[in-house]
Formats: sequence, C-alpha cells, structure tokens
Amino acid sequence: MEDNKPQLVKVTVDGIEVEVEPGTTILQAARKIGPEVAPPAMCYYQPLKGSGGKCRACLVKVAAGSAKDPRPMPKLVASCITPVQDGMVVENTTSPQVLEARKGVVEFLLINHPLDCPVCDQAGECDLQNFAFEHGAAKTRYEEERRTFDKHDLGPYIQLHMTRCILCYRCVFTADQITNKRVHGVMNRGDHAEISTYIEKAIDNDFSGNVIDVCPVGALTDKTYRFKNRVWFSRPVDAHRDCPTCSGKVTLWYRGEEVIRVTARKNEWNEVNEFICNTCRFETKKTSDWVIEGPTKIARSSVITANKYRADTIKPDFVSRLAAANYKPIDDTRDTSQLSIQQLPPERFASSN
Amino acid sequence: MQLTNRSKQVSNKEMTLAEKMYLPAITKGLGITLKHFFLKKATKPYPDVKTYLGPVFRGHHVLKRDEQGRERCTACGLCAVACPAEAISMVAAERTKGQETLYREEKYAAVYEINMLRCIFCGLCEEACPKQAIYLRHDRFVPVFSDRDEVIYGKDKLVEKSDDRYVRTNPNVQVTPTEPSLSRSVS
Repeated sequence: MEDNKPQLVKVTVDGIEVEVEPGTTILQAARKIGPEVAPPAMCYYQPLKGSGGKCRACLVKVAAGSAKDPRPMPKLVASCITPVQDGMVVENTTSPQVLEARKGVVEFLLINHPLDCPVCDQAGECDLQNFAFEHGAAKTRYEEERRTFDKHDLGPYIQLHMTRCILCYRCVFTADQITNKRVHGVMNRGDHAEISTYIEKAIDNDFSGNVIDVCPVGALTDKTYRFKNRVWFSRPVDAHRDCPTCSGKVTLWYRGEEVIRVTARKNEWNEVNEFICNTCRFETKKTSDWVIEGPTKIARSSVITANKYRADTIKPDFVSRLAAANYKPIDDTRDTSQLSIQQLPPERFASSN
Repeated sequence: MQLTNRSKQVSNKEMTLAEKMYLPAITKGLGITLKHFFLKKATKPYPDVKTYLGPVFRGHHVLKRDEQGRERCTACGLCAVACPAEAISMVAAERTKGQETLYREEKYAAVYEINMLRCIFCGLCEEACPKQAIYLRHDRFVPVFSDRDEVIYGKDKLVEKSDDRYVRTNPNVQVTPTEPSLSRSVS
C-alpha cells in the first residue's frame, strides 16, 4: 500500500517549506502556501489544459535545483510550467533579480496595450492592471505608436478588442476545450499576431461566453454589459439556477435591483471554478431566474469593495484591538489600599444643624 | 512703581471754556471721519468685486472640454469611487458615429450628477480624474440654494461653456502618465 502512495517532495519558496506531490509546478506549490508568495500569472489558467509559459509574468529564481544537485538554475524559470524537484529552493519576491525581471515583463506587456483603462470595461478586475500595479514601474517610457486593430464582433454577445490583447492564448485553449473543431485561434505572427475566429466564423457554442471570463484583459468583453457600469459600482452576489447544460453556479452583478451582468464564479486566483453556459450568462438576467446564495466574497484590497457597506459585519474596534496588542501585565505589589477614596470619619463632617 | 511707560498722567485741572463746549474733541472726531474718506475701504462691493481666493481654492465644479471643445469626461467612475461623501453619480454611454466632435473618447458620461449637499469640496475627484476632466474652480463659489431641487447639479451646470472656459495654471501639478501629451493648463 505504501508503495502506491507517491513520495511527497519538499520545496522551499521564499523560505517557507511546503510538501507537494511530484509533478506539481512551482506555481502550484507556491499557491499552496498562500497568496503572499504565489507568483502572478497572466497566461497560466489552471482549468485550461496546456496554458502557461507565454507571458513570463511568473518568472522565479531557482536558487537550488534539487537536493541531489543543489546548483542554481542558470536563468529565471517560468514557474507555471516548471515541475518541482525534491529539495528545490525557489526565490520569488525575496530575489531582487525576479522583481527587476517582472518590471521588464510589465513593460513588455504594456508596449502595445492601450492605456484606456478609464474606458475599458475590465478595469477593476483586470489581471494586467493588478500585475502592473503590483510589479510594474509607475511611468511608461514608450513613445512610439501602439499597434491598433478594429473592433470585432464574435457572435452576438462577445466583442473582441484586439488592441488590448496580450496574446496569452487563454481564450484559444478555452475554445479548443469546449469544441472539437478549431474555430478560434491566433492568426499571423509577431507584432501582427491577432486573436481571430476562422474566417470571421462566429463561435456559436453554448459555452463560448467563457472566453470573456478567462481573458485577463479587456480584449474579450461582454457586449450585453458594454459600458453599462464600472465593476466597482456593481454588487456581486452568488446565485444558482437549475441549468440543463451547465452547473448553473454563477455570480450576479447588481446595480441597484437590476442584474447587469452574469459571470462564472472565480476563485482567489481569479480563475473560474466552473464554466457556465451562454443561456445563464447572457439570457437570464432577472432576479426571479436565480436562487440567491449571498454576497460574493471579495478581497479587501479589491476596488470592488469600495463604497459597499454591510450592516451585519462588526469590525473589531481599532482602539480596543490596539490596547489588547499593547497590553503588558505589570507586577505591582505595592500597597494600594490608601489610593482609593477614603471613607472619612463622621466627626469630620460639619453637622447639618 | 511703574510697570510700563504707557501709563498716562491724569490731571484734575479745570477745563477751559472751549474744552467745556467740546470744541477740540468735536474737531478731532470730525478729523478722524474726514480721514476715512480718503483711506482704502475695508469692505468690497461683493457681487461686483470678488476677492481673489488664491490659486488652490476649491469651489464650483467644472467638467472641462478639451482644446477642440469636446467633453473630456469618459465616465470612468474614478471620481465617484474617490469621493468620500459619495456625492457623484454617473451613467455612461457609447459614442455613436458623428459625435466625435462632442466627446473625446468612445465612452462618455450621458448623466453626470453631483449632489452639492453631500459634496465637501475636498478635491479628491480632481486628483483622481485620469482624463483631467473635472476641476474645482478656484474663482467661483457654489451659490446658496433655497430649494432642495436645486441641489443636484447635472451636466447642464457642470460642463464648461465654450465662451466661458476655465483656466488655471499650477506648475506644481504633474501630468498623469495616461495623458502624456496634455499639460494641466489649457489656454
């Protein structure tokens, strides 16, 4: 029995040791520790087979290759496609070389990405925005014309804004996964590379709307949601319905009492848990269609939490928390009996008469 | 003992006839009155003459137009999310063909409202704006309202008029990275 059990390997990421199964990638091992040490990922998407290795956002330094051969790897490696070895020591944010490389990656990704976040519907939940904010330089050095494309309609619901695309291939893998035929891919090469459907053929699959969710930037957007609202003004609510084609577990985005958008539920790495069908996503936008489960949990740092208040959340009082944190027991054995208010003898009081 | 040298010696001597008739005192008083005819006035005739409030005063909001008279605001919502008083609300719309002379970006604010009862004139909207569209005028107050219906300012009151452009030069303000070609002052 014990022989069948795979031997766990030990990996150290940023000084934190974790045991994972052999074959796990460095990124997965780091994610197992927690979001503090997990490298960012722009193209890698766990539910999609074959994704990863394209954007170089997740570059890490391997300070020791394995326990048997503790030499460091000569170059920074893409953590999403590099499997771990026993005794591997990985440096993510502790290595200045990695931070410097990420700054460069952000600059390269933003070379052709338009800075139209005020217009883009993805702003506020955009992976590239988060990545550039956390790892990039504050200013652009780029002065040349950016590459531009015309807007495309992929079917009645999806709009392709190729100008914003960073060629992560996530949508291509999604399209490959949901259909048997190749309907969606990348045309041309290099600077001219372009996400496209095969000769303007619309994707008419039931699950085509998921390319919107997997897109890390605002290149593929929901046409029914176009310019409706900014994400931080809408209120996400978990809901489900009986759907014959998909699991029916979604997040509804409310503005007031009106559902303005339906998306799949995402986990803490911004990856969808379960793909949802187009009927759920585009056609059922009434509260009566859904069974509400409760507000979606959003990271405190997200802009989506701005200006949202919940009456039922009780925040621990800052002052009492500070007092509790600073409390030190004092060894005070002095006689304190004289310090309290003394009862004066009755003759000390002047008689009222 | 003398504490200061400002103490006045008083005398109890008999007043002269002129002093009894208050003649020197009246002349002195009239002299002061006459002097004030020629002094600089301490007050200003307010609606006609207005005090300069300084270059960083935060008053009436204005939604700027660009050099070609197109509205700069793209309804990105950053002012509304930055507003601590939650005074700003907006509805975005997509620019259609033929409206390129009206709006600068492909998205624009169809409705832009500021609740002036809520606004605390902190200027955070101006700081948040990536398109340099909203400004708090340094030269104009929000007038007093007498009716609750006048409190919410829409685009009719906020967008700057083409014949009444707002200009402010402040060399300390840096341009935002998204708008590298624009300088803060518009002439």
